Amino acid sequence: MRYLDEYRRPEHVRQLAAAVRAATTRPWCIMEICGGQTHTIVRFGLDELLPREITLIHGPGCPVCVTPVEMLDKAVAVAERPEVIFCSFGDMLRVPASTKDLLTVKSEGGDVRIVYSPMDAVALAQKHPDRQVVFFAVGFETTAPANALAVARAAALGLTNFSVLVSHVLVPPAIRAVLASPSNRVQGFLAAGHVCTVMGVEEYRPLADEFRAPIVVTGFEPVDILQGVLMCVKQLETGRHDVEIQYARAVRPEGNPPAIRQIGEVFQCVPRKWRGIGEIPASGLALREKYAAFDAERRFAVETVTAEESPECIAGEILQGHKTPHDCPAFALRCTPEKPLGAPMVSTEGACAAYYRYRKRQAVKSPLRAPTAGWSGRGLG
Amino acid sequence: MCLGIPGKVIEKYGDDALPMSKVDFGGVQKEVCLAYTPEVEIGDYVIVHVGFAISVIDEAEAQEIFSYLQEIEEQEMEGMTNDEERMTKE
Ligand code: SF4
Repeated sequence: MRYLDEYRRPEHVRQLAAAVRAATTRPWCIMEICGGQTHTIVRFGLDELLPREITLIHGPGCPVCVTPVEMLDKAVAVAERPEVIFCSFGDMLRVPASTKDLLTVKSEGGDVRIVYSPMDAVALAQKHPDRQVVFFAVGFETTAPANALAVARAAALGLTNFSVLVSHVLVPPAIRAVLASPSNRVQGFLAAGHVCTVMGVEEYRPLADEFRAPIVVTGFEPVDILQGVLMCVKQLETGRHDVEIQYARAVRPEGNPPAIRQIGEVFQCVPRKWRGIGEIPASGLALREKYAAFDAERRFAVETVTAEESPECIAGEILQGHKTPHDCPAFALRCTPEKPLGAPMVSTEGACAAYYRYRKRQAVKSPLRAPTAGWSGRGLG
Repeated sequence: MCLGIPGKVIEKYGDDALPMSKVDFGGVQKEVCLAYTPEVEIGDYVIVHVGFAISVIDEAEAQEIFSYLQEIEEQEMEGMTNDEERMTKE
């Protein structure tokens, strides 16, 4: 496929890996913030192509993983109501809440439906005026414009049977939380390209300055990621800490102004709890008062008891980059994608699921590794 | 849900309130809302998230990395030829 295949070509990947090797003189820790990038790194074994000095740390950028258990409990409580059609993106269905997941609610007779777009949920509300249609509005800044428009559209259509259960999270406050942590090891960031197609890059400049950490807005294919690492390493090696855009084919510095406007019209910034991490100030979005009529939490007044996490799951430490899935004693034994103990094993963007799929055992060879030894920029000298 | 995929706009319809399109992802076609990229033309590539095009791909920027890689390769080739020349002289 165009704009995918050419960014996966092994010869380009090797060339960039060689360029990273040539640019690196000291050890550096770089965090890729987004679960989609983690998935690419583990799938193609990109970390194994990098010199020993470079450590890639997997970040908290997986909305499925960070949605708090309390919110999933609310989703389950709403979805179990007989008058409700509960609509969600597919990847939320198997995330364990404290008693059950949404898929179980469905198997027990609840009307839980997977939708591709929040607009599908709006269409369902139009089609079923006698039912209450609830959409589980989760995600980062990438899904926020879609979810905001769904609410605005429902308002314009005068729908009284549509509401949203909102658990939106934002990337820059999470980067701040990582950098401000006393145990932080991260020296540079690959920021999430698609988040920045919406929001632009301005929010990242004060972070780069304050923490003296380079931030490279990076895409999701192997070539993108290695170029992002290369740009980050070059900054680290020369003591710079700028915001740079690797993913320039899709990201403009100002982002997507109509999308930013629509998000601001419907949502406001609030503190949010991140599963496994805790509350981060101003790190989420909630409906503005003006759209309170579309708030599922108010409409159904769902109470929740404080939820229990599996005591074995170390997702919090993995999401903060302190540990890898291989450090978890339950990994691939008591915790598998079929019977997940924690959210990172469920989502395709979760680090545990990516390791389970591509790296069940510690050492696997990268499919992109050069077939003959010594193919590198240096090897040619 | 976070996965954004590039696809080619093959049809536009809808109205100003809700501009829509059909986008082709390597043979699979989907309905995509153009509310945030109303300027796209048929034939453009867009990045699609949960049914919305959030960015139009800039072809010139997309080529940049390959020109850069080409450059490195040429420099390396040059390096090799220089080495060879030196060797033949020695
Ligand atoms: S492997 Fe399972 S139990 Fe362990 S951290 Fe990951 S999700 Fe939690």
